[in-house]
Amino acid sequence: MSGLFEFNALSWLAIILVLLFGAAFVFRRVGQTVTGNAPKFRDMPYGAAFGYVLAAALLIFAVWYYLQPTVTDVGVPNAGVMFFRWAIHGFLIAAIAAFLFRLLGRSIGTAGSKKLFRTMPLTASFGILVILIYAFVAIFAGAIAPHGQAEVFGTANIMAGGDPALGGDPAFPLGTDQIGRDILSRLIYGAQNTVGIAFITTCLAFVIGGSLGFLAATIQGWLDELLSRGVDVLMAIPSLIFALLLMTIASVWAARLGVPLTVFMVLIIALIDSTRVFRLARAVGLNIVVMDYIEAAKLRGEGLGYLVFKEILPNAMAPLLAEFGLRFCFVFLTISSLSFLGVGIQPPLADWGTMVRDLAPFINFAAFAPTAAITPLLAAGAIALLTVAVNFVVDWMLHKSSGLKE
Amino acid sequence: MSDLLKIRDLRIEGRSDETWTPIINGVDLDLKRGEVLGLIGESGAGKSTIGLAAMGYTRDGVRISGGSVEFDGIDLVTASARVKRDLLGKRIAYVAQSAAASFNPAHKIIDQHTEAPVQHGVAKRSTSVEDGIELYRKLRLPNPDEIGFRYPHQVSGGQLQRAMTAMAMSCRPDLIIFDEPTTALDVTTQIEVLASIRNIVDEFDTAAIYITHDLAVVAQMADRIKVLLRGDEVEEAETREMLSHPKEDYTKSLWAVREFQRPEKPPAPADAVPVVSVRNVTAAYGSTDVLHNVSFDIHAGRTVAVVGESGSGKSTTARCITGLLPPRQGEILFDGEVLPADYRKRTKDQLRQAQMIYQMADTALNPRKTIGEIIGRPVRFYGGLRGAKRRERVHELLDQIELEPAQYYHRYPSELSGGQKQRVGIARALAADPKFIICDEVTSALDQLVAEGILRLLADLQDKLGLSYMFITHDLATVKSIADEVVVMKDGRVVEHGPKTDMFTPPHHPYTDLLLSSVPEMDPDWLTDLLAERGVDNLGDAAVDKM
Repeated sequence: MSGLFEFNALSWLAIILVLLFGAAFVFRRVGQTVTGNAPKFRDMPYGAAFGYVLAAALLIFAVWYYLQPTVTDVGVPNAGVMFFRWAIHGFLIAAIAAFLFRLLGRSIGTAGSKKLFRTMPLTASFGILVILIYAFVAIFAGAIAPHGQAEVFGTANIMAGGDPALGGDPAFPLGTDQIGRDILSRLIYGAQNTVGIAFITTCLAFVIGGSLGFLAATIQGWLDELLSRGVDVLMAIPSLIFALLLMTIASVWAARLGVPLTVFMVLIIALIDSTRVFRLARAVGLNIVVMDYIEAAKLRGEGLGYLVFKEILPNAMAPLLAEFGLRFCFVFLTISSLSFLGVGIQPPLADWGTMVRDLAPFINFAAFAPTAAITPLLAAGAIALLTVAVNFVVDWMLHKSSGLKE
Repeated sequence: MSDLLKIRDLRIEGRSDETWTPIINGVDLDLKRGEVLGLIGESGAGKSTIGLAAMGYTRDGVRISGGSVEFDGIDLVTASARVKRDLLGKRIAYVAQSAAASFNPAHKIIDQHTEAPVQHGVAKRSTSVEDGIELYRKLRLPNPDEIGFRYPHQVSGGQLQRAMTAMAMSCRPDLIIFDEPTTALDVTTQIEVLASIRNIVDEFDTAAIYITHDLAVVAQMADRIKVLLRGDEVEEAETREMLSHPKEDYTKSLWAVREFQRPEKPPAPADAVPVVSVRNVTAAYGSTDVLHNVSFDIHAGRTVAVVGESGSGKSTTARCITGLLPPRQGEILFDGEVLPADYRKRTKDQLRQAQMIYQMADTALNPRKTIGEIIGRPVRFYGGLRGAKRRERVHELLDQIELEPAQYYHRYPSELSGGQKQRVGIARALAADPKFIICDEVTSALDQLVAEGILRLLADLQDKLGLSYMFITHDLATVKSIADEVVVMKDGRVVEHGPKTDMFTPPHHPYTDLLLSSVPEMDPDWLTDLLAERGVDNLGDAAVDKM
């Protein structure tokens, strides 16, 4: 059984694909015969038929995989199946929570908010729910967290779940980190530190970049030239290295002035990110200033402030919002990167980026101790969840505002 | 001969807010080989929708809900995508309104021309190129041998429209659908395109559906005319029959639009100080002069129409008056006083006195503001009115432009029709309580009936408020109906200037004569007569160049 007929993973894949191609052909032909040549099947491209069949095959595989036992015959946990089950459960819980939240929104509140919820897609209500939960946790972190963020307990126990039989500790449901701090409490405080700082930074970047960008688009001439070339110079320097450089300088000042380094970090990241916002705002603004209503406002004798904030800004809201969602996530990751390198949010303040870094080695346990391996992923998951939620909401807002224009 | 296209009880629906609303309510249509049918109606009448349905196609969010579209025995409503693919482009072709937007700017014209024949296997690329050059020659394009090897932006609008007609002809289709092919063109260019379309359709005996809102144009092109109103057929008849004896009231009202005419007011006394006086203005974009020594006066309560083709400097003159483009030489006087050249240096009161109404109401109104905010801003800005008083004044203005205040105050511009938007533009200008208003092509984007309503409104307002208008237009019918004086411009110079009656009675300046004679008339023989008179080589651009 060697040589020609030796099956490896690749040849299995090839066989499956060939079978699927055949199935797609049969599917389309059967569809045509059964429905008596309905346009849906008659005009179906072969690629689309293949897509349907492939999707069906993947769905069957997912169900089969979900039903596999979590522990193998020899008693080793089957990590793949466990993670897959967690993902499915998480997805279902999220969907149900979003659905219930939307139902709640539809029945409670003013007529306006009810109408808003009626037309809202499930993704958006999920995003809003997540953001609300994050905001709640961030604001009331001190009251919610069972322990302080810097409180060190005797033992380092990374087993999540709090089940003594599996080696957990009921006092610390998500375990304790490498120097014995409660991970749950640090996650909760992390929401306050990381999200709060990222939000402030992003807002600052938008205020600086947005107003300068619109100003450049409205006034044009030498001001535009000056600002645009300045931004070009700033953007030419790799942003993380530039931020590091500035942070190094700032750390000297911070010590001398007695201002927390975090304030400098916010300013520096806001400055660097505002260059991206500037370019977008300027490009969008240039398209708007050529409109006749801007000319009409100029001829009326309106001042610069009115032109920028009352005439241009409302029309630039859609692209700026989309950018806000993305920019927020980037700022978030930049802060985490800086924290990773040791110049960001300073210990003992809890920060999700630092938490991922500190616990990262445990990811290697995934194959035989899935519960231990998720410890670093908790903080990463918190980042990912918020990123997804923000983008869902932004997508929905974009869709809504573009629909208004039609 | 049998019918080429047979539409029976065609019903089309469009989706808005999750529900399907009817757009076309059962229209029948027959077209024989070699016949030209004119489809006419206001915007929203469903002309283009029927035109597209004749190809078995609907736009996104629109569906055919009933009836049949039979092309040469094939029902396009139920035909498979493959069957339609074989027909479209090969036996049925489409010419869109804006050739500039329909050509791909990244490819040469000839490459786009040969695409359909090569794809359908009608001809090889080399023969198709030769055929394209032949068609360009037939359509009287200049330099037919090399024009196809240019990119779309290197060719003028009228030429591009003809190149698109050539492209539609490339497979020698049985049916061509022309969707407002000359609406975006100047009168002098329009003639060229009309003449060449007519010749080539005759020569190849192609059937055509010609969609337009311009009656005079359809009179030249069509054998039969079908009038549509909000998705229903009003009537259909042979062109001559339809023009001389329209049966339905709606058709008669369409015909009557051209008859709105305002008597010319007596000339202003010789010693009166003009409201606006343009004195020897020369202006430039960069280093090229676009206005040369332009002078004219606008007196109180009178309308001065400035006419000319695109590029003649009409709008540039307006920009000089408003101060957006400070002139290089010369000055603008307002009530006898010299205005600062730059609008930024003018006082608030000077800015208030002169207002402007724009051609495209879509871009002239901020889409993110309600009608109340748009009109209310100048009320507050100039008049200093706030709160209830401001609201009251806006209501008053909405009354003046004949829009129900309670209904429109909180709406956004996107919820208004084109004519209503233009009215809001007028109200915004009136809100400043001006003496003088510049109307920049305010009716050219509107249907004739709607445009007529706007013209009547402007005339009424002039009588009530004693306004002076500078009316920029390329449409001589509009000039006829509203102007007291006419200024004819060409290449940045004033060619002729005088009272309206003088302008419309010979002898004219040769350019005025060309403009006047290029305006299509309702007489179906007009184009034929004009061609006989001028000769085919003396149309449009060619005629202008010879001057």
